[in-house]
Amino acid sequence: MTEFRNNRPTVTSESAPSGVDQAPRFGVADAAERPIDIAPQISLRGLRKTFGTVTAVDGIDLDVHDGEFFAMLGPSGSGKTTVLRMIAGFETPTSGSVFLDGTDATGLPSYRRDVNTVFQDYALFPHMTVAKNIEYGLLVDKVPKSKRVQRVGDVLEMVRLHGFGDRRPTQLSGGQRQRVALARALVKRPKVLLLDEPLGALDLKLREQMQLELKAIQRDVGITFVFVTHDQDEALTLCDRLAVFNNGRIEQLGAAQDVYEFPATAFVAGFVGSSNFIRPHVAREVFGMSGSFAVRPEKVAILPRGGPVSAGAAHIDGVVRDVVYAGAVTRIVVDGPAGLTLSSMVLNTASELDASIRRGTEVTLSWPAAALRRISD
Amino acid sequence: MKLPTGLRATLYVWMGLGLAVMYTPLLLVVLNSFNSSRTFGFPPTALTLEWWQKAANSSGALSALGTSVVAGLCAMAIALVLGTMAAFAVQRYRFFGRSTISFLVVLPITLPGIVTGIALNATFVQILGPFGVALGLATVIIGHATFCIVIVYNNVQARLRRMGTSLEEASADLGANGWQTFWRVTFPGVRGALVAGAVLAFALSFDEIVVTTFTAGPAIQTLPLWIFSNLFRPNQAPVVNVVAAVLAVVAVIPVWLAQRFSGDSTTSRV
Repeated sequence: MTEFRNNRPTVTSESAPSGVDQAPRFGVADAAERPIDIAPQISLRGLRKTFGTVTAVDGIDLDVHDGEFFAMLGPSGSGKTTVLRMIAGFETPTSGSVFLDGTDATGLPSYRRDVNTVFQDYALFPHMTVAKNIEYGLLVDKVPKSKRVQRVGDVLEMVRLHGFGDRRPTQLSGGQRQRVALARALVKRPKVLLLDEPLGALDLKLREQMQLELKAIQRDVGITFVFVTHDQDEALTLCDRLAVFNNGRIEQLGAAQDVYEFPATAFVAGFVGSSNFIRPHVAREVFGMSGSFAVRPEKVAILPRGGPVSAGAAHIDGVVRDVVYAGAVTRIVVDGPAGLTLSSMVLNTASELDASIRRGTEVTLSWPAAALRRISD
Repeated sequence: MKLPTGLRATLYVWMGLGLAVMYTPLLLVVLNSFNSSRTFGFPPTALTLEWWQKAANSSGALSALGTSVVAGLCAMAIALVLGTMAAFAVQRYRFFGRSTISFLVVLPITLPGIVTGIALNATFVQILGPFGVALGLATVIIGHATFCIVIVYNNVQARLRRMGTSLEEASADLGANGWQTFWRVTFPGVRGALVAGAVLAFALSFDEIVVTTFTAGPAIQTLPLWIFSNLFRPNQAPVVNVVAAVLAVVAVIPVWLAQRFSGDSTTSRV
């Protein structure tokens, strides 16, 4: 063990926590840019929901601003969908309040709220054609016939389903149904669009395509999108800001990039992307620092043992345990000192080093000092 | 699934036997309605339309038919309203005693008709009698409604459960109030179940005899009661056969309708 002490990384204990301090700073700056007199589009205060003895949502405070693409990310059972349903008005909070556009909407039934929802199962009315489905919200609002036809036509155009108006939902593919659900909600021109795992039922290729379309549509209509997902890639791809849910609480709230780069807790570091965790006893022994840390695998460079390490970079020695080829990237698992295991993610551009790394190769791992993030447990 | 040829043939034979047991007697009734012999000698020596003519002119049979249709339609209407409301309450709301109510609504279908009959008779005669309630058509309708409700309730409840709540939520989300949601989304969704339930409820009421016996006033004769009381009169027996034959043929219609509209078999009794 002592020999590794000599290789103690050059990370100092004052630079390491910078990530933790920086993350909230981004959030504050974000809020301060906005005019103070404009109320957030959605404001949740002390929101709680219990089902029998189960606490689904355990005290949520959240502001979502006008025109934001906001993601609620979390594993299943983390309370994100229940929060969405309370915003939509399908569930009544056990305690706490929902403000929509500055007014208390906690007790309002869903048909009085200026929000519309794209449901996970789409919930298209099976006895109506596509056009009738989309027209429904305008019909119950008593919009005149000519305007209804106009707006249904426009929105069908927007979701690229022109000419599908007379079909029944059962005659459409999954991706087309998804677009009808989107069109049906958007035709109402709500201030907020809620999306409950909208792409969950689609296959990967279609999902990626729909992500781009959703993003484009949100840019075009410019309204607030709040979407629920358990897919961290999707959340990072789509949203401006996101909230990471766990056990009915928000673990971290911030811009997508900040949450990824500066995960505040071990849960966030593990759920949003993958992380190498450095437990307190390892941190003390190997790095001489107190606390838990995380470093992203793609920040960890792999070098020949004793190779030149760039100035200011942390480095430790280790032995390759596993090389996992995964198409675009290769994951290299390295056993380091004090039982520490680190993964390095290497992009598979042609490289001389790649072929030389195999099980048992002695290597040096190196990462920028700032890539090591202090996290709370 | 592919079955071995031998097994397949055996199953076909058994199926044929089963169907024969069920339907040969019915065919016999139809045949006898044309049998010229009053004692229904088999095989018939000659065929005649005489009984059909007599039946068409039998005022007793026709008025009994009218009574049965009225009773069936009224019991069906009561069952539709109450059964649907009960199904909604149990499927869409959470309240104290919910599962007990579900149990109590379904119970009359398994309760022996004779018990229902005695109980209703006692209630009508002994308790409500002093208040001026007399056995008549209305009491028959109430008696029938007790088990017709179950049919509608079961059909609608099963449909509501299968529909789930997301369509209704979507409707509310799009701005429709409770009433609009019911008429534009929920009702079209359960319409098939309502038709199926209504048809089966009518059919149940139409052939009911046990409860009817205990709840009908002396002046009320439904078709089953008429058949029962005329079956053993030598003069009327051939006409009874005609009525039975007509009913057997007519019964095909509601079953066909119910199967078409319900899409799933929802009741065990019918």
